[in-house]
Amino acid sequence: MVHGEAWTLKEFFTYPNEYIYWTIQIVMYPFMTGLVAGAFVLSSLYHVFNVKALKGIARFSLVFSFALLPVAMLPLMLHLQQPQRGIEVMMTPHFTSAIAAFGIVFTTYGMIVASELWFVYRKHFVETALRLRAIADRSFSEHLLHLLFTALTLGAEDISHEALEADERAVKKLAAAGIPVACFLHGYAGFIFGSVKANALWMTPLMPVIFICSAVVSGIALCILTYIVTMEVRKILAAHRQKQYPELPSHEELKSAEIDVVTMTSRYLVMFLVAAITLELLDLIFRGYTAMKSWDILRRVIYERDFVNIFVIQYGMGNLVPFILFLMPRLTIRRAVLGTMLVLLGVFMMRWNVVIGGQAFSSSLSGFMHYHLPIVPHDMETFKEGLCGALLVAVVPFCIFYVLNKVMPVFKDTH
Amino acid sequence: MITRRSFCKKSLLMIGGLALPLSAFELFDPKRLLAEKGDGKKVRWVFLVDTEKCVGCGFCVKGCKTENEIPYDANVTRTWVERYVVTKDGKTHIDSPKGGRDGFENRAIDIGEGKFQEIKNEEISKAFFVPKLCNQCDNPPCVQVCPVGATYQTEDGVVLVDRKWCIGCGYCVMGCPYGVRFFHPVYHTAEKCNFCYHRISQGMKTACVEACAFGARRIGNIRDPEDPVTKIITTERVNVLKEEYGTTPQVFYLGLTKEVK
Amino acid sequence: MKSHVWRPLYVVLFVVATILVVRKIVVPPDFGIGPRGYMYGWHRPSNEGEWQKVTVKYRTTEYCKKCHRDKYDEIKQSPHANIACENCHGPALAHPEDPKALNIDRTRELCARCHFRLEYPTSGRGKIRGIDPKTHNPGLECVTCHWPHDPRKEGHHDHAQKLL
Repeated sequence: MVHGEAWTLKEFFTYPNEYIYWTIQIVMYPFMTGLVAGAFVLSSLYHVFNVKALKGIARFSLVFSFALLPVAMLPLMLHLQQPQRGIEVMMTPHFTSAIAAFGIVFTTYGMIVASELWFVYRKHFVETALRLRAIADRSFSEHLLHLLFTALTLGAEDISHEALEADERAVKKLAAAGIPVACFLHGYAGFIFGSVKANALWMTPLMPVIFICSAVVSGIALCILTYIVTMEVRKILAAHRQKQYPELPSHEELKSAEIDVVTMTSRYLVMFLVAAITLELLDLIFRGYTAMKSWDILRRVIYERDFVNIFVIQYGMGNLVPFILFLMPRLTIRRAVLGTMLVLLGVFMMRWNVVIGGQAFSSSLSGFMHYHLPIVPHDMETFKEGLCGALLVAVVPFCIFYVLNKVMPVFKDTH
Repeated sequence: MITRRSFCKKSLLMIGGLALPLSAFELFDPKRLLAEKGDGKKVRWVFLVDTEKCVGCGFCVKGCKTENEIPYDANVTRTWVERYVVTKDGKTHIDSPKGGRDGFENRAIDIGEGKFQEIKNEEISKAFFVPKLCNQCDNPPCVQVCPVGATYQTEDGVVLVDRKWCIGCGYCVMGCPYGVRFFHPVYHTAEKCNFCYHRISQGMKTACVEACAFGARRIGNIRDPEDPVTKIITTERVNVLKEEYGTTPQVFYLGLTKEVK
Repeated sequence: MKSHVWRPLYVVLFVVATILVVRKIVVPPDFGIGPRGYMYGWHRPSNEGEWQKVTVKYRTTEYCKKCHRDKYDEIKQSPHANIACENCHGPALAHPEDPKALNIDRTRELCARCHFRLEYPTSGRGKIRGIDPKTHNPGLECVTCHWPHDPRKEGHHDHAQKLL
């Protein structure tokens, strides 16, 4: 069977070779890079612009951004027909293609985040390595850990006050350098779509900007959500442990710290949300007003076939409802959870409506294609480019975060 | 004190000094010089389709699939034939069942999802067939967007895909406004019409041209002024598809009309 | 450069060096910019040769003429003069060595590609004499009554009479 045939339904006239070639994995790709970029921008707000209120979430979002990083690549690898050749993007890059920059931007960005993390956690690495070294008869696992942490120190074991201050300065510089790279990493994901002149829905110079704004929105939303979840777990743990260790923060202390951080962060979320919606609506109005040749079919896709996806789920549930939830006075944790989840849904649907919606009509402008999401996989292809593949991509960052948290404890300073 | 003599001398020296690096620049870029002259190349393959002559038999599609080893029953094809039926109410009905591989042996129009639309003969105001294939554009957007250099244009203007280097990202498939690209069901790499590159490079005609009994398809070399195809393109009223995309297509059509997508 | 601050940079340099080394090994030596420049000509030139080596399947009427001159002369004088032999007889490949015999397509669908009547006034198709296969002697092969190499002649009538 031809690639794409399994999930494409064609109606009226489409060219014989047209299928939905870019499926849910290509929806996941900008969604995941968006989360990476957003999480990084959030942590940089503290490091670079000294937004003190974000201190609690800054380190968390940095580690989370690092955990998301390999996953931004995963959907692409699952999507490629020849994933074993993916490395060629680094080997023979063809820079007239928007995708060619991926390897280089991605690596650069990964190195910046890794270096920043190294400076943030160097003290912890050195302390742990020294502590493990002090143990005379190390067990096998302790031995491995000792090796790992010694390697992580990169041989720099100076944790004097001056050295740590140098670290902080480096963090600040890296965070500053990281913001444009993060924006570029994601903005050019928008460029990948925006520059396809053959696709009437994608081609707009606004696409990269829209992508960056919605990326920051989704990144902040996910950080808030994950932050709340981990704080809730810590509250439960705190209730248990407080009896043994009274010096640990109490349930109430944690709770008030949590709501402070969430309220502050959600303000930034609303700001970027407004920017994203404005640009998206501008794009829509402009298309309707100029009514180029393709508008006839675009109108039918936007207002008829994808109406529920675009106006009910994306704009209504994903933008308007969370907007109201966050703007209502006295934000509660529960409302924040609901709001961030809806925002994530909204951003996901925006990616969906761009990627799948852009292929919902034939480039002959005379027919439609419908993406029938494979739910139960019956071969490798329907697994990779179906619901299961998307869920795999969604779950992996949390697994990586769990592992990373063991090496780079996110909440260490309060323990 | 600047005398006229020294002024002239210095000016000449300066002009000469400035011109020297500029001319060196030109000298060191022979490719650009060649490109500007334009007649350095002897061959530029072009195609001519006469829609007035096509009867929709589909022998070209059948021949192409066999010649180029595209699995016969796979619903993708390097070339295809579209049927246009314009009715008296001004509506255009288009179909291309199986790319026209088996011809058009049904009066009803295939409107997808297994449904067909009957059209009465007396409702038809005009009806015709349009063969399609890769336009081997002068500015191929599919080549521009390949991230790894797995698709490229040869000196004689044909766009090829390197099956050993293609990563299968599908960006070229998305980048083509004409929908000529697809994934090969066996090799799982991008696939497209290449004017039967193995045939034209040894002086043969493409499989579709050979299969056409009506002279609706012709291939030629636009650089050869004696080529009959070149003569038609340069002297008659020919058109190309979707010129607005800036692709400069090199498949020329006779009898093209506004209904053609 | 005594400061520990530069340590991550060493790692970065190491990674970059690794990529460059891998690049040297993995990329084919001939990969480069072709005559169409970097935008349209960034490729592996040996691939052009690979495409040129694809086997030719349809050898054209000129190839058939070498041995089947009589058939060639017959069809060239008929209204079917422009139809290539291999359209109905199938690709010759290396015939007569491989395949030894060609598989002739005698189905009604083959003839109906042109002779299924479509009343298209503005197309060449409307000018071709056509039938509706559903009502025109269903079940019989066209060659029973019509001789494809010259449709003005009658077909394999003996064969038809046996059937009737």
